[in-house]
Amino acid sequence: MNAVTLVRRIAARPSIVFDALTTSEGLSSWFGPDEGPVLFVTADVRLGGRLSARFRLAGDTMEDVATAGSEHECLCEFLEIDKPRRIVMSWQWVFGGDPAEQGRTSRLEFHLRPIDTGTELTLIHAGLHDEATARSHDRGWSGALDKLMRRFPGSTGATEQQAQK
Amino acid sequence: MVNNKDQRLDRLFQALGDPTRRAILARLSRDRGLSTSALAEPFDIKMPAVMKHLDVLENVGLIRRSKEGRTVTVELSPRPLKPAMDWLQRYERFWEAGLDRLARYAEKKEREAEERGE
Repeated sequence: MNAVTLVRRIAARPSIVFDALTTSEGLSSWFGPDEGPVLFVTADVRLGGRLSARFRLAGDTMEDVATAGSEHECLCEFLEIDKPRRIVMSWQWVFGGDPAEQGRTSRLEFHLRPIDTGTELTLIHAGLHDEATARSHDRGWSGALDKLMRRFPGSTGATEQQAQK
Repeated sequence: MVNNKDQRLDRLFQALGDPTRRAILARLSRDRGLSTSALAEPFDIKMPAVMKHLDVLENVGLIRRSKEGRTVTVELSPRPLKPAMDWLQRYERFWEAGLDRLARYAEKKEREAEERGE
């Protein structure tokens, strides 16, 4: 449950998607959670090399975490580079960011798979929050938690009443 | 406030970070309201150990115990899961729009490469 996984099918060959993920020009075209500007990106794409990026939020995409106009900066280190198939990097907030992640290092993975129409890109942001969640995720808690939540839509007043019957 | 919220989230994730406790929760999600002895039955651990797990779950508000005569009934109380879900969904939102822009950028580059005959 500590990991976020997103999949996108992109009408571009893997090498082009790979460049969009690893070059300064590519990264500055998309990085950040909303239409706010990317203030800078530097990427030293080699094992142990670093990527740092700073962006300003246009809106309050992350709600209580950050507000419009606030700036955020992450620092990443490349842990695996397998062009054009896979990029793994560590992820740390060095300015702003998510208070729940302060001082923590998470893991960001991009997997690229060639498909007929281009590339299937899978993003996994793992190791969020703490080790306990990482372990529980390994043991397949994810599906179970989802099921729990589906069983109790809203998870508010109604459940309380039922529980007290 | 943020700290309190974080601590609650920490404790919740810790409570979920144990296979026996997750099995207890999974059972309670199937059978609403079980006695502690019925709950302990499938586990290969002693009653005091089960009670300890129940304490952890009760402390984070994931279960509720009620006593009637000599029987203690345990029920699931999933409300504390909501902040954990919200928090993860925030990260989903964090990446989603970015990936859409990434796709647009790469697709433009692909068209340019095709025009150059690459």
